[in-house]
Amino acid sequence: MPNMIAIWMPNFIMSYLGSTVTPGEAGSQFWALIYVLIIFAGVSVAVMSMNWLERKALAHFQIRLGPMRVGPHGLLQPIADALKLMLKEDIIPSEADQFVFWVAPLIGLLAAFTVYTVIPFGPSQAVSDMNIGILFMLGVSSLGVLGVVVAGWASNSHYPLIGALRSSAQMVSYEVAMGLAVVSAILMTSLNEKGTGTLSMIGIVRAQEQQGIWFIFKFFPLGLIAFIVFAIAMIAETNRAPFDMAEAESELTAGYHTEYSGLRWSLFMLAEYAAMIAVSSIAVTLWLGGWMRPFVRLLHGPSWDFIFSLFPGLTFLGLAAIAFVGVLRMPAHSFFKIQKIGLEAFGGLLGFIALMLLVIAIAGRSQDPSIGSRLNESIGYIYWFLLKVAVFMYLFIWYRATWPRYRFDQLMRVGWKVLLPISLAVLIVTAIVGVLVA
Amino acid sequence: MSAPTGEDTKNISHLAPSNRENSDQGETERKNVGGNDLTFENPDKTYLDSNELIINMGPQHPATHGVLRVILKLDGEKVLGTECVIGYLHRGVEKIAENRTYTMFNPYVDRMDYVAAVSNGLGYCEAVEKLLNVEATPRAKYIRVILTELNRIASHQLWLGTHALDIGAMTPLFYTFRDREEILKIFEKYCGARLTTHAFRIGGCQYETYAGFEKEVKNFLTFVAPKIDEYETLLTTNRIWMERTKNVGVISAADAIALGVTGPVLRASGVKWDLRKAQPYAAYSEFDFEIPVGTNGDTYDRYLVRMAEMRQSLRIIEQAVNSIPEGPIMAKVPKVIKPPVGEIYHSIESPKGELGYFIVSDGSTQPYRLRVRPPSFVNLQALDIMVRGLLVADVVAVIGTIDIVLGEVDR
Repeated sequence: MPNMIAIWMPNFIMSYLGSTVTPGEAGSQFWALIYVLIIFAGVSVAVMSMNWLERKALAHFQIRLGPMRVGPHGLLQPIADALKLMLKEDIIPSEADQFVFWVAPLIGLLAAFTVYTVIPFGPSQAVSDMNIGILFMLGVSSLGVLGVVVAGWASNSHYPLIGALRSSAQMVSYEVAMGLAVVSAILMTSLNEKGTGTLSMIGIVRAQEQQGIWFIFKFFPLGLIAFIVFAIAMIAETNRAPFDMAEAESELTAGYHTEYSGLRWSLFMLAEYAAMIAVSSIAVTLWLGGWMRPFVRLLHGPSWDFIFSLFPGLTFLGLAAIAFVGVLRMPAHSFFKIQKIGLEAFGGLLGFIALMLLVIAIAGRSQDPSIGSRLNESIGYIYWFLLKVAVFMYLFIWYRATWPRYRFDQLMRVGWKVLLPISLAVLIVTAIVGVLVA
Repeated sequence: MSAPTGEDTKNISHLAPSNRENSDQGETERKNVGGNDLTFENPDKTYLDSNELIINMGPQHPATHGVLRVILKLDGEKVLGTECVIGYLHRGVEKIAENRTYTMFNPYVDRMDYVAAVSNGLGYCEAVEKLLNVEATPRAKYIRVILTELNRIASHQLWLGTHALDIGAMTPLFYTFRDREEILKIFEKYCGARLTTHAFRIGGCQYETYAGFEKEVKNFLTFVAPKIDEYETLLTTNRIWMERTKNVGVISAADAIALGVTGPVLRASGVKWDLRKAQPYAAYSEFDFEIPVGTNGDTYDRYLVRMAEMRQSLRIIEQAVNSIPEGPIMAKVPKVIKPPVGEIYHSIESPKGELGYFIVSDGSTQPYRLRVRPPSFVNLQALDIMVRGLLVADVVAVIGTIDIVLGEVDR
């Protein structure tokens, strides 16, 4: 029996790695399920690490240290937080609409996670390649506001209600500009021989691959402007600073989740961070070439491919180095002994991952379709995609540290009077330029 | 205050909650929403035929700077009127004064505006000195000026941090607190306390400056000047900051004077009134400095005025440290302070405005009556006139810009 598995497993994995379509397209429900599980776990881990990263980065912006006590450099803080939130009393206000109050965080969470079914981490690294992918994505991600509105309403309290109303108004006004910016990117996909565009997320990246240019640089500066409009609208869409008036702490105490506590509150946070990653993924897919590595056209050829395939390993090596520098900088006090060991172990883990990635990169450098080369390719796709998303995540934190909060009416003004005309103009000009070029 | 609703405005019936369903209830006179008469029990109908929202902001709220309670009357997000409820921090400071000797009461004044405790102490000590008809020695006066101006910077830094935090900029708070720490260190070295310093005594100062005081103050001056620029790079030309503060909470010079508003809030409206110049006390007449004034009387001008004031304070401190005279630090004051029968009003320019002490002496060792004119309390009156017609978010900004300390408002 173990022998059979030993033969069967590699074949099975190989059969998957050999396929060039997503599990959804291939009709492989088993692989789709595995994908869903991986993405669910991955997003949860990403949210946790994002939580830690935000607190650390924000702290360093603000000349603080951030979490330092729970684990080395507060690495275990998200776990401690999650544990604390789970153990907290679950308060439902007596005047609240019990069922709606209960269901509201789930709506937001569901919307945030459903989006991930169409996010292409690679040409075949997505749960499904829907032919209306981007439409589906925008539609589902804007459902998230329903959770916010319903939460504010169900709380039966003034501050959450105001927060919820702000959020819905904000969503309506920014969705329009966002949609138009997206359309101008979709227009660019139709610049091929057949003259047909695509709404499929994978198709959009493929179009950028064929045209050999990220859409952010296409028809410079049209693509860039559309991208900037989207980048602004996506901050508003996720209710992050400086557009965080739905939960404006200094005005509305906590906005729509004022009455929430414990696990339910943490679901809102989970949804918020998941939505941040999701909208960043849209931006990356539409304008930043999705899974494409940088300089595909400029620096091509097997040797460049090899050099770029070393990046994942080198990144982890760098992270491991940072961890070990942290070990060296720890004070020589017995209190830090366990922390030191923990950080060493963490650095060792990162180093091990780095080693594995480098081995795969070197072993899989050949072009023939072996497990190694396919694995190498997949890692490259996922790495570049996640790296671009990570840049956006960092920007989210940076914005929050730097800018004051917009006022509600100013936010609406920016949305309707600035972003909407700009995105409309960009759309029209893109269409004209596209026709002229074709 | 203006009453924008005229006779020809559309009449909307003012209905009690019970018969709100009946829309054709009658054409009674509409309540004067823009005026003074706020009835929080019965909300009026608003333009869209929905009810007004009455929100209780505080006393536990992240942005009311303590235990201020503001009852907001809202139409959607628009503020129709406010009512301040104060007294949550009332400790009866003025009554306590009647049961303490002049010397014993001195530390109590630090607890009013605990952000600018040195200023409070200066005002009180000078008032009693005036009553006693003694004058502090020149060296004591210089020390007083240095510490008071340091305290003004500390107070403005705290104001800036919290004000920016209210408007949503988190980071300046930490920068200002980092730099304020240096001032508190000087205080701690000078008198052992950081916040409620009790730095001065009636007749002068109790403590001689510690060794290296001048050097440390000078170091601080060179340290903090670029830091003030740093705050300004984050905020002054920031688009969002300007949009959030310009034309927000405007108060005209006439209104400000009528309401008794003083300090940076008054000066931002264009009135050049600073007690340090108008009726110089301590050693202020010997220093060269300017009074920064604004033009529009909005939140942004108040911000600029306070930023400029911090720089002017640096100028004063520099001059004082460089020319600090030698000599005794205490004037000849009797051991038991028994002022002659009489009354005195003495006011100083505290970081928040005119801080006055009115003391009535019956010739005993305890004041017969002591009344404090707190700048925060008087300035807080202007809140209502500033926020009418603005949005909820602006209320927070305006509370921040008035720069209140509830310890002083409630006393």
